[in-house]
Amino acid sequence: MATMKFMCDAERCIECNGCVTACKNANETDWGIQRRRVVTLNDGEPEEVSISVACMHCDDAPCMAVCPTDCFHKTDDGIVLHDKDLCIGCGYCLYACPFGAPQFPQKNAFGERGKMDKCTFCAGGPAETKEEEYQKYGANRIAEGKLPLCAEMCSTKALLAGDAQEIADVFRQRVVRRGHPDGGWSGNPRRDQSRTGAGQPDVSAADSLAYDAARQG
Amino acid sequence: MSHPIHWRSLWRFLLLALWLAVGLALSQGALAQADPQGEAATAVPALDADTWRQVRSGEVDANYRDSRFDSRYNLVNASGETWRQWRNRWVSPYGLIVMGGMLAMIVIFYLVVGRKRLEAPRTGNKLLRWQALERSLHWSVATLFILLALTGVTLLYGKHVFYPLFGAGVWGAMVSGSKLLHNYLGPLFGILLIVLLARLLVHNLPKKHDLEWFRKGGGMVGNEHPDAGFANAGEKAWYWLLATAGLVVIASGLVLDFPNYGQTRDTMQWANLLHAVGALGLTAVAFGHIYIGTLGTEGSLEGMTTGYVDETWAKEHHNLWYEEVKEHAVPEEHLPSQEPQDDSTRGSSTQNS
Repeated sequence: MATMKFMCDAERCIECNGCVTACKNANETDWGIQRRRVVTLNDGEPEEVSISVACMHCDDAPCMAVCPTDCFHKTDDGIVLHDKDLCIGCGYCLYACPFGAPQFPQKNAFGERGKMDKCTFCAGGPAETKEEEYQKYGANRIAEGKLPLCAEMCSTKALLAGDAQEIADVFRQRVVRRGHPDGGWSGNPRRDQSRTGAGQPDVSAADSLAYDAARQG
Repeated sequence: MSHPIHWRSLWRFLLLALWLAVGLALSQGALAQADPQGEAATAVPALDADTWRQVRSGEVDANYRDSRFDSRYNLVNASGETWRQWRNRWVSPYGLIVMGGMLAMIVIFYLVVGRKRLEAPRTGNKLLRWQALERSLHWSVATLFILLALTGVTLLYGKHVFYPLFGAGVWGAMVSGSKLLHNYLGPLFGILLIVLLARLLVHNLPKKHDLEWFRKGGGMVGNEHPDAGFANAGEKAWYWLLATAGLVVIASGLVLDFPNYGQTRDTMQWANLLHAVGALGLTAVAFGHIYIGTLGTEGSLEGMTTGYVDETWAKEHHNLWYEEVKEHAVPEEHLPSQEPQDDSTRGSSTQNS
């Protein structure tokens, strides 16, 4: 069985918000609910970098650990789903979530939270019928053998979705080809290698098109 | 003819000079392009350590953008894991230990020491201790407290017990009902508790003899009865616990109950921890209060149900108060069906007890 993960290549994300729109459209979420968000750090500066964030379907998911109703479950594919019939809108998953993924539609008085909504990796959720599933959780593209629409529609292929091993391989190849010691976010072996001075990486085969004029500032 | 040619070549010379200057200025970049190794060594890193420190610290600067509507979140919710660990590793297990420990202590105390009975026979003369308003306030607050404790404990621990026991259908209804009751009764409890605390404040001002009461352990074991006014030092401690921890629980509860005032996720994490610690602690102490008020002491409960206590009970447990109000003792058969509305029968007791 696969372990599904998202990965956003910050070197490629151009902050177009296509993933946000694709998600909203595929899942027809409630008013005010936007399962994906694009965060830009150092906007307008040479080090500007953007990343698309949603539920990252954690291995050790904090939302699952703190939920008072135990409404979460993890599928065989490592996707974290939740049961809206059990959700009471307490907001604890939001307190715990590292990525601000859970959102709550506000339909009641006193700011009382509705049933939590979050990215399902386009895998729907527990429901009796397909219609109910779509209405509650949005699309179930995984059941149709498709990947999440956000990643499928990413114009620069910055957002990758799929089995953790596969997307890690794709990303790793990109980092090598870019010939950039910090081609990823952090924690990549090349960066550690250069930091510890354990021999400069061999980038002689690097694509000269990877030269990034903007970064020569 | 030579003149115009001369001027044109000069213009070309100037252009060449400019081209050379620009070319020199750009030569660094051109070198880097030719040498991937050099490029790799000098490129601006995507994110430096400072940016990561900022992300972890939770603060956002002027150059931070989030495309989500109305979002106030940083990239990473760094305090979320701290909250999770505090709640799951400390608050929930220790809450059980504190409440269970209290219950165990009460059971052991009851089995070893037993019920505190009146030492002298009842005289049959009654003293008014709690007026109707105080009694109705007390029982309203008590009922709400028990409901809030039950629903709160269900919210914290119920998933380990009732979900496996009853299945998703019943558990879903149970837990959503618990949340609804908890959220709507909470503010009512808060208001009533504050009214009750204000009403009983005069009885609960600390006095010198309270220290002596504590030193003798309230006479819980043995036959000793330390001095006590209308409220003994133990009751005062319970009062001031409610007036401090109780108010913290109410305030933090309101923060959690009304998320529509723009409080941040971090604020609600703190409110949640304070609320849980305070409420679990108060529940544990409430077990003691309930035991002493019902099973633990003969003659106490009737004070809060009928409003009247026996002279013997007053003499033994609240000797200073008894001295003040003994003239107002009424024989049981003459008890009015409705006690007087003014404070006269209780005397000026409380102010100078």
